[in-house]
Amino acid sequence: MSAGHVVAPVTAGDGEVSRPAHQGDPVLEIRGLCVDYGWGEEAVHAVVDANLTLRRGQVLGLAGESGSGKSTLAYAATRLLREPGVITGGEVLFHSRPNAQSGPDAMAGSADLLDLNEGDLQRIRWSEISVVMQSALNALNPVATIGHQIEDVLKAHRPDLNRAGRIRRATELLEMVGITGDRLGSYPHELSGGMRQRAMIAMGLALEPQVVIMDEPTTALDVVTQREILEELVRLRDELGFAALFITHDLSLLIELADEIAVMYAGRLVERAGSESLFRAPRHPYTYGLLNSFPPMHGERKAMTGIAGSPPDLRSIPSGCAFHPRCLHAMDRCSVDVPELVPLSTGPLPHGSSPREVACWLHDPQSAEPVPEELNQPDPADPVSPEEEKA
Amino acid sequence: MIALARKIGVYVITAWVAITVNFLLPRLMPGNPIQTMIGKLQGRVTPQMQKAIQLQFGMGLHQGLWSQYWSYWGQLFHGNLGQSITLSAPVSTVLGQTLPWTIGLLGVCTVISFVVGTLLGIALGWRRGSWLDGLLPVSTFFQAVPYFFLGTVLLLVFGSDLHWFPVLGNYQRGLTPGFNWAFLSSVVRYAELPGLTIVLSSIAGWMLGMRNMMVTTMDEDFVLVARAKGLPTRKVVTYAARNAILPSVANFSLAIGMVVSGALLVELVFNYPGVGNLLLQAVLEQDYPLLQGIFLVITLTVLAANLIADFVYVALDPRVRQEA
Amino acid sequence: MTVHADDLAPLPAGQLTPTAPVKGKVSRAVRLPHSPKVIAGLIIIVAFAILTLVGPWVAPYAPNDNSFAQNLHPSAAHWLGTSNLGADIFSQLLNGARATMVVGFIAGLVATALSVIIGVTAGYIGGGTDEGLSLAANVFLAIPGLPLLIVIDSYLPASGRSNTLLIGVIISITGWAWGARVLRAQTLSVKRRDFVEAARIIGESRIRIMIFEVLPNLVAIVASSFLFTMLYAIGTYIALAYLGVTSTSVWNWGTMLYWAQNNNAPLTGAWWWFVPPGLCIALVGMGLALLNFGVDEFINPRLRAAGLSKKGMRKAGLPRHPKLGLTPVVRNRPTPTVAAGPAKVAR
Repeated sequence: MSAGHVVAPVTAGDGEVSRPAHQGDPVLEIRGLCVDYGWGEEAVHAVVDANLTLRRGQVLGLAGESGSGKSTLAYAATRLLREPGVITGGEVLFHSRPNAQSGPDAMAGSADLLDLNEGDLQRIRWSEISVVMQSALNALNPVATIGHQIEDVLKAHRPDLNRAGRIRRATELLEMVGITGDRLGSYPHELSGGMRQRAMIAMGLALEPQVVIMDEPTTALDVVTQREILEELVRLRDELGFAALFITHDLSLLIELADEIAVMYAGRLVERAGSESLFRAPRHPYTYGLLNSFPPMHGERKAMTGIAGSPPDLRSIPSGCAFHPRCLHAMDRCSVDVPELVPLSTGPLPHGSSPREVACWLHDPQSAEPVPEELNQPDPADPVSPEEEKA
Repeated sequence: MIALARKIGVYVITAWVAITVNFLLPRLMPGNPIQTMIGKLQGRVTPQMQKAIQLQFGMGLHQGLWSQYWSYWGQLFHGNLGQSITLSAPVSTVLGQTLPWTIGLLGVCTVISFVVGTLLGIALGWRRGSWLDGLLPVSTFFQAVPYFFLGTVLLLVFGSDLHWFPVLGNYQRGLTPGFNWAFLSSVVRYAELPGLTIVLSSIAGWMLGMRNMMVTTMDEDFVLVARAKGLPTRKVVTYAARNAILPSVANFSLAIGMVVSGALLVELVFNYPGVGNLLLQAVLEQDYPLLQGIFLVITLTVLAANLIADFVYVALDPRVRQEA
Repeated sequence: MTVHADDLAPLPAGQLTPTAPVKGKVSRAVRLPHSPKVIAGLIIIVAFAILTLVGPWVAPYAPNDNSFAQNLHPSAAHWLGTSNLGADIFSQLLNGARATMVVGFIAGLVATALSVIIGVTAGYIGGGTDEGLSLAANVFLAIPGLPLLIVIDSYLPASGRSNTLLIGVIISITGWAWGARVLRAQTLSVKRRDFVEAARIIGESRIRIMIFEVLPNLVAIVASSFLFTMLYAIGTYIALAYLGVTSTSVWNWGTMLYWAQNNNAPLTGAWWWFVPPGLCIALVGMGLALLNFGVDEFINPRLRAAGLSKKGMRKAGLPRHPKLGLTPVVRNRPTPTVAAGPAKVAR
């Protein structure tokens, strides 16, 4: 079974689609996750009631400003959050389907990561779920060679490999990301920034995990290297078929990379949609603001709007919708009630996708106010109705 | 490698400074201490020895300061550290007999102290909030106690009162020195109490330093990555510890200076016939040649220990192995 | 640029510059110490400071007064008994506080001043000045302090040896190098900050920058360095007195130990002679070390004992410092309520 090649659906008549098995099935389901920093009355609610579904073979982008809770969410989901973080609610379901490359640690079936004991967590860590961090210089052990750092993962999770096998595999991995094998003996400080990040990616993919969480992997790099790394990631994803959760504060990166994008603000998810839909037809005022905060390379010159104000201190979040002080379309209700993330469409969906969701009172069907035009652009993912086609 | 060469350079210069200090001090001090010393010697030394002393201190000779300096260096290169007045023997001979005892005791104790202290520090840093944290105030107290005072207390309690350990000396009188079991075990036995003193006094420094560095290092991303990799706990701790130990090795030079000073005084308490006792004697009798000889030898020994520590540091930290 | 091991090795005991730069004079609100360690340290040091000032006046007898019976055990008349010459030990202890603390304080002060001047200058000016001063610091660091002091002090005439001020200054010669190195490393990192660059561009003179821009950010480290150096100075002074290098007519705790040792107090079991001075030294040392902890924790907040706050934690079964990589999960806490809204149908 070759993993990850997306086969074009063959429609016949009513749309019977054939596809590689399990593509698009949920692999990591986060439901109602709540994370606090601290305990008792001074606890800061860093993530509130987060619902996210990561699907096989897909890239889910998680975007938001610094302090929005995006990294907290990802680290909490894998129980890697540092003290004083505490998970106060929710579940993180990992639906595992080990493939031919999975090692002896593979588990089949579903498990709630928040309930696993240390031993089980240790087994599935890295072999099923791996993490690629932001700054490779900080994330790599400065006193150990790259080769050693790749090999110790192999030693821990692939006991069947002997020394020669490990070296071979490590060399293979480095070459996969475009680093020559002779660099196995190099120390992190001897590599350039781009090479270090590639080495981290190679390390993250060493055990061919089912899920890779990437926490701003390109933020610390210059734009040119950023581009190279992103292309590398797309290629690897196509080749190996892992599901990726890509965290960034820079929405522009997610345009080509992500299949779906989720936007976070002040610890809550405010919008989730397919990437094309999100870019062409944002529904949440914050998303709209973010999209208009970076100039497009082409197209007419427009005045940049940005978003007035600054993100709230998590210790004193505004009442109701946390975004309302900065929102151009805020209504009275917005300062009172907290909007929940609700689906926008009810029609049939292709397999492997979820309905787009938004947490905004503007899109409440009972709201008397009309939806502002910029937040109501036609969604490119919506099926074209016959009348519109004829026109 | 350049870093090492620089260090060696510093040590060479330090040695030069120490030698020059030895040369200049007696000549610069007010009150003419050398004259006083020679006055005391009348009738106790042979004319040869008197001449040697004069040469060493530049008395009664009509040489300029510079040529005295050159002769001084010449003497040193011949291994001539002068003549001890009180012991009527060459300083180098006397030191040759006593130095091995001090180095032996000190060397073993430093190694034990460093190793155990570092391991405890790792445990304390890794498992914050466990019962081990009780060790912190205890070790602070021991760190504040002067070495020789601790030795005195231990001597009183365990030596005099409880008679658990022998007191005074380095081996049982009457045994013949040599590589035989009786002698060696006696040496170890007599070294236990002074050794315990040195270890107890110095261990706190290593422990606290390592603990603080572990806490700081564990905040680094690569330790979290090690955990995320699902590596066994032992490996994760190693990741952190290998980095956290670097400052301890780098600060070795400061630590060893204090340990040496402390150990010398401990020898006094237990009448251990090492360099410490020699030092006391030299001070009491104002035996300047002996005093200077001891100072020089201690300095050179400490420099050698520092050099070893620097080699170890280069081996541990790959970042210093090339020029930035 | 060659990389020195000194530059790479992080500072001892987690010393870091506080993140918020302090401009101009130190005018931040002084945070009161909470930690029990620091409060204990303060109490101890203040107590001994008082003793330093009033000790000789409060002592019941003169320390040199040998008119009493010899080798008395502690009693109501003589709280710590008498020496083998018949002098009251308690009075000796009280008198000895002054010289010990004063020498420690002076040596600490002078050495810290030296280390600030040399360290900050070397770090800020850089170049040849830095090379030279760093070399000097490394040399002084490498030479073992006590043996050097013994040699120097042995050559002093008797008048010099009883001069506590002089002894203090001489001790500081061996005590400045460590602080200088630490301050130099910190100055290097502060130098790169924007506000220092800005001051340079405006044209402030180098000395003004060093005193008014760089130094205020180093205050915590200077404080820590002072405490450490005073600790070292007291220990060294006691050691010198114990050896008899300094004048034995000046009363300090080390001299008491000298006399005790010379009369074989440990072997005769006369603990009241040598335990009290040693204990005092240890207490002062401990007080200084505790204060130093406080400064360390102030500089590096990670070292503070605070983990998750205690309220309700034990009830929930949470450890104070959870294991790395095992974020605790506690599900019984109520989550913030969310107002529900029906979905809007897409057009």
